[in-house]
Amino acid sequence: MIEITGVNKTYSNGFVALKDVNLTINKGEVFALLGPNGAGKTSLISAICGLVEPTSGTITVGGFDTRKDYRQARSLIGLVPQELFLEIFETVWSTMTYARGFFGKKDDPALYEQILKDLSLWDKKDTKIQALSGGMKRRVLIARALTNEPSVLFLDEPTAGVDVELRREMLEVVKNLQKRGTTVILTTHYIEEAEELADRVGIISGGEIKLVENKVDLMKRMGHKTLSLNLENKLDALPTDITQEGVSLSKDGTKILYSYKTGSNSGITSLLSNLKNAGIAFEDLDTEQSSLEEIFVTLVNQQ
Amino acid sequence: MNWIGLWTIYKKELQRTRRVLFQSVVSPVITTALYFVVFGSAIGSAVTTIDGVSYAQFIVPGLIMMALLANSFSAASSGIYFPKFIGSIYELLSAPISYVEITAGYVLAATTRALLIGGIIFGVALFFTPLPVLHPWWALVFSILVSFVFALFGFVVGLWASNFEQLGLLPTFVIAPLSFLGGVFYSISMLPPFWQTVTLFNPLVYMINGLRWAFFGITDVHPVWSMVVTLLFMILLFGVVAWIFKTGYKLRK
Ligand SMILES: Nc1ncnc2c1ncn2[C@@H]1O[C@H](COP(=O)(O)OP(=O)(O)OP(=O)(O)O)[C@@H](O)[C@H]1O
Ligand SMILES: [Mg+2]
Repeated sequence: MIEITGVNKTYSNGFVALKDVNLTINKGEVFALLGPNGAGKTSLISAICGLVEPTSGTITVGGFDTRKDYRQARSLIGLVPQELFLEIFETVWSTMTYARGFFGKKDDPALYEQILKDLSLWDKKDTKIQALSGGMKRRVLIARALTNEPSVLFLDEPTAGVDVELRREMLEVVKNLQKRGTTVILTTHYIEEAEELADRVGIISGGEIKLVENKVDLMKRMGHKTLSLNLENKLDALPTDITQEGVSLSKDGTKILYSYKTGSNSGITSLLSNLKNAGIAFEDLDTEQSSLEEIFVTLVNQQ
Repeated sequence: MNWIGLWTIYKKELQRTRRVLFQSVVSPVITTALYFVVFGSAIGSAVTTIDGVSYAQFIVPGLIMMALLANSFSAASSGIYFPKFIGSIYELLSAPISYVEITAGYVLAATTRALLIGGIIFGVALFFTPLPVLHPWWALVFSILVSFVFALFGFVVGLWASNFEQLGLLPTFVIAPLSFLGGVFYSISMLPPFWQTVTLFNPLVYMINGLRWAFFGITDVHPVWSMVVTLLFMILLFGVVAWIFKTGYKLRK
């Protein structure tokens, strides 16, 4: 759906924000672009959407070059910017009609109604933007981006400053779009969102794409699981014959923790038999998968 | 051509005018009425006629032209400057709309707004003096042309400006003084010969006199010159706009 080839961006002050970015986004996928502040996420999105002129390289959207065939390319795109770029004197409704108008499409009140209802903005439709809270403004930005029925939706930190309930609602909106076949590119600092929504994850840092991988594979490859065994009787120290790597005793002495890589040779069987031999009994067990967040922190720190 | 997009910008800009109705319509009415009271009555009692036209009538085309210049310029410059300033310009830059369409939307809306205000001033003036217009079509065409040119001018300045001071620079320090010195309130033949020559370098003289000729058939410069200066100015601005489009200057980072 999107093909980014050799894109570089040097801003007018000489700052290099994107370094030889190559990236393919598939049709219908949810792609999470993760990276620390200033990594170049917004710059990359802006280059695709026409807000930033790449210094070199080419970008196509749906097969259309974003420079030569900008009309066709941009017609496919909906953009939710990171900042609350809204004209505060407009009403929610008029900002929707303008948004669609700029795309050269005929007014469609039924569509606006549907979008506003999905985003719980329907009762605010005649309210001026200036009278909305920050989270509502963010939803207005999303609503605007949906008015042109985009095939590709860019969400640049859509859940920043949004409360828990609304965040759930937005995740629903994204999932529904995904069901309808919309390609979604998402940046977020809430990694659990990426974990929940994304099919693939891209990590960008210092203007370079460090890694692009299927989320499940990434988690499998990098993911650690932790097994915790709740002991029947408290221990002061681990028995000396339990020497397996990754095993530790919790501070209060009520649990034995084992951190292992998922896959075969996990070492669980030998741990359990060793414990049995040592005469340690446990009453319950629990496993926990490490989150994308930990993986992300590990990866960025490695660079 | 994205006609709907162009029309949307036009509509949006005119709705913005409606929102600031007082500022954009009521204030020119009050200002004009004040000019009539102050200049029309005070000076008019001393200067009775100029080239056979009463002083009150004489100043009307100048006042209209002054309003056209100021309003078309400011409507277009603020129209494009504010979205740039608050960032909402992203909605245009990410839309399938060309630079020509964006410019046309803003410039035509500013032209319309200026003409509406010009019409209102004409209406207000009718309360003070009868106004038999000699060449009404010519007056209309010339007003449209000048408003369009100054809207284009304002648009370019709005694109260029990166702060409010720069935005206010031209209207305050160039357009307003040149209008006052451009023969709104006097015929330049009343000036000493040296200043007459100097005044001929003021382009606004040609615009003000062009409209005055359309109204009453009197002018300090030949109407053909009025037209030529206006058209030259337009060509120059088209050139600047074309250059801006080619370079994406100040819009796309
Ligand atoms: N117009 C500009 N001129 C100069 N430098 C810029 C400009 N816009 C962004 N930058 C720089 O480019 C780098 C990348 O910025 P960008 O906004 O793309 O980061 P980001 O990954 O979106 O960060 P965040 O998570 O904070 O939103 C930053 O160091 C920023 O300072
Ligand atoms: Mg960003």
